[in-house]
Amino acid sequence: MLKLPIYLDYSATTPVDPRVAEKMIPYLVEKFGNAASRSHSFGWEAEAAVEEARAEVARLVNADPKEIVWTSGATESNNLALKGAAHFYSGKGRHLVTVKTEHKAVLDTCRELERQGFEVSYLDVGNDGLLDPDVFKAALRPDTILASVMFVNNEIGVIQPISEIGEICRSRGILFHVDAAQATGKVTIDLAALKVDLMSFSAHKTYGPKGIGALYVQRKPRIRLNAQMHGGGHERGFRSGTLATHQIVGMGEAFRLARLEMGAENERIRMLRDRLFKGLSDIEHVYVNGDMERRVPHNLNISFAYVEGESLLMAIKDLAVSSGSACTSASLEPSYVLRALGRDDELAHSSIRFTLGRFTSAEEIDYAIRLLHEKIGRLRELSPLWEMVQDGVDLSTVQWAAH
Amino acid sequence: MSYSVKVLDHYENPRNVGSFGKEEEGVATGMVGAPACGDVMKLQIKVGKGGVIEDAKFKTYGCGSAIASSSLVTEWVKGKTIDQALDIKNTQIADELALPPVKIHCSILAEDAIKAAVADYKKKHGEQVPA
Amino acid sequence: MFAPVYLDHNASTPTDPAVLEAMLPYLSGQFGNASSRHEYGRAARRAIDEARSQVAAAVGAHASEVVFTSGGSEANNLLIKGAAACLKPGLLAVSAIEHPCVIKPAEQLCKRGWTLEKLAVDANGRVDAAHFAVVMARKPKIVSVMLANNETGVLQDLESLAEQARMAGAWFHTDAVQAVSKLAVDFRRLNAAGVHALTLSAHKIGGPKGAAALVLDKRVELEPLIAGGGHERGLRSGTENVAAIVGFGVACTLAAERQATLAKHLLEMRRRLEAGLIGFGATLFGQAAERLPNTVYFSFPELDGETLVGHLDRAGYAVASGAACSSAHPEPSHVLRAMGVDPGLARGAVRVSLGGGNSREQVAGFLKTLQATVAGLRRLTAMTA
Repeated sequence: MLKLPIYLDYSATTPVDPRVAEKMIPYLVEKFGNAASRSHSFGWEAEAAVEEARAEVARLVNADPKEIVWTSGATESNNLALKGAAHFYSGKGRHLVTVKTEHKAVLDTCRELERQGFEVSYLDVGNDGLLDPDVFKAALRPDTILASVMFVNNEIGVIQPISEIGEICRSRGILFHVDAAQATGKVTIDLAALKVDLMSFSAHKTYGPKGIGALYVQRKPRIRLNAQMHGGGHERGFRSGTLATHQIVGMGEAFRLARLEMGAENERIRMLRDRLFKGLSDIEHVYVNGDMERRVPHNLNISFAYVEGESLLMAIKDLAVSSGSACTSASLEPSYVLRALGRDDELAHSSIRFTLGRFTSAEEIDYAIRLLHEKIGRLRELSPLWEMVQDGVDLSTVQWAAH
Repeated sequence: MSYSVKVLDHYENPRNVGSFGKEEEGVATGMVGAPACGDVMKLQIKVGKGGVIEDAKFKTYGCGSAIASSSLVTEWVKGKTIDQALDIKNTQIADELALPPVKIHCSILAEDAIKAAVADYKKKHGEQVPA
Repeated sequence: MFAPVYLDHNASTPTDPAVLEAMLPYLSGQFGNASSRHEYGRAARRAIDEARSQVAAAVGAHASEVVFTSGGSEANNLLIKGAAACLKPGLLAVSAIEHPCVIKPAEQLCKRGWTLEKLAVDANGRVDAAHFAVVMARKPKIVSVMLANNETGVLQDLESLAEQARMAGAWFHTDAVQAVSKLAVDFRRLNAAGVHALTLSAHKIGGPKGAAALVLDKRVELEPLIAGGGHERGLRSGTENVAAIVGFGVACTLAAERQATLAKHLLEMRRRLEAGLIGFGATLFGQAAERLPNTVYFSFPELDGETLVGHLDRAGYAVASGAACSSAHPEPSHVLRAMGVDPGLARGAVRVSLGGGNSREQVAGFLKTLQATVAGLRRLTAMTA
């Protein structure tokens, strides 16, 4: 028996893996010490657990544990990386480069830096959602100090050419930050090889708990940052505040499991995603958003033309999916990511992001396919636009009443 | 977004979905909204003797509230004269469906659809469109 | 192997079983992102709303005044830096005994044109009235004085200080992380006196680490520390830590329910402890001041605090030799320095902070062990002297 609604929104958040939760709980109950307590075993026990978790996070991305700084999540990591580096290196220049399809945590932080007198170039992506390294290169200036490009897009799942962009940055002496919140456990990340100076991570997108993330801060060459939270001097002064031991332990375990299981898991998920795609591709007028090849296997983002997005979500309420990123879906504005791909507002409105994960089953995918066939058909029966298209009207020539 | 019971009812079981043949006697059509705004309503009325609306049909591209507003309007206009139909106000629609503030535009669109359909009828039958 | 007795509740507390139970669903089936519009997301949003009401109710605030953060340090940083960012630089006053997560951000503001005045305290750790009046006459824009000190447990007469700060036209903030659960805290009443913001933390009151709140009078304009998505009315972006927030809410409700009973139990144990300590020749810091019912901060003049604490740990008692966050630094506590305590005496400082789970028997056992340890160390000191 299927449990409804079927969760197909793994890019918004993932369930905590039961094995992760099991490791976390003792650190709430009997091992509750403050890792900063230096005078007793409760503190030492917490500190040891924190360091073990730090090593696990580092191992997944082939970094040194000393390069991992705990934060409350990827949003904080992005803020710390961008504001911390921009302020520390502002003597060298005041120009930053990023991409229009970045997460709000990067874009809003860039806006804040603009208000503080920095200049930011927001680069376009192609209609496949990918950043062209030549476009990137052309945007760099002598006073560019920092670039920020996400590894995997949260809405369309495309994988940006991080390796190439890293090479360009390194050759020009520009710091390179990568938001990898959506990448861990989905793509291989080798920070020993990538020319990346700062990288943001989140636990809750990779089967760990919410409220914990990390920032990779490269040591060789050493990257400096202005701290954004001051106090007891935790995390070598990068980030003050009592460490949430149970959450850190959870992130460590989640990243350990990701390292061990991602190979097999991604193949299984790719198979399911392709099954979903195939199952939907016989519906007329469906469009995939973003490049289908350079994309994580978990993501399928599709627009269903002539069906309005909100009524579609209502019709498929047995599926927990999202239309646009979770952080912006409270507003009725069409997704800025899809707009950046050149999708018109209508198709952006009618897009659905399916993101699959560790606990998705073939049965669930088949249910989703059946449901979508039925509901898309029904909504199109209701749609005057669909009727016009069937009658051979070219909608682009219609004079719509001002509204 | 949480919808009222009435919105959900109209959304799940929309009344009077469909289209009349364009050449049918007494049929007038109002099409309002734009795809880029996220909603388009097509309301058709079939006007009989004495200017009484005998039947109505709709098709709507839009959110649940837009679908419910237009479905409700097809029920309300039936049996009314075209002038009585013009008395239907968006506030009545919004009240009946308990629309939240962010969805009031759906009821306005439904009122506009009635006006547009009546205007189409009057145009076809040579009457002056009320200002 | 025997379980050590935990006497360091001002550093952190164990999660209450009822809190853990409330959290567990959010670490398994109820895992939605509160920003998602589907049922998983809406369930998370409802849980956060409920926790917000619980936190507000526990301190007499309105739910809309509660801003969730990742911890007390973040809440204090948010208030100090966030309020300063919306004002023209001017004078900022914080007490000399504040936690570093108030003092350090205040010091950072000096780089942006602000002037920082550290408010003096008397020998018992209470804000010095005369100095406070002098500083208020200079019209500070932001004032921060903690409700209860984490090291000494000394309480401040907040309403009187806030009244004066209000006359001066300042935003007044108080770090109350150590006070809630041990004292009755009423934000409405404090707010009427002129307190505009108050910091709470879950892990100090039987909740989990990773959740805290800034209770904020909405007249105070704040620039967020963390941008991106506009969560928490735009004051704190980032996916909400639902499980920890739910735990925080329940911890607040329990703290408010149990406060009177707990305070009585703690005070009784503290008095026994103090009587014993005085009998062994210890000096108690802030002895003449009104203090938290759970905190005793003391020193044996001739003994090093670190050494004593190390012996106690091996004997099965977890106590602190200073505030947890600054324990890495061997220099004497800034709190004791501000109180004018002799540096030699300050180096001997040991903090015992009791919790609801401690018993009279544990206190008696601790005193027995302490007496033997102190006697042993004194013999050693005498031999090497």
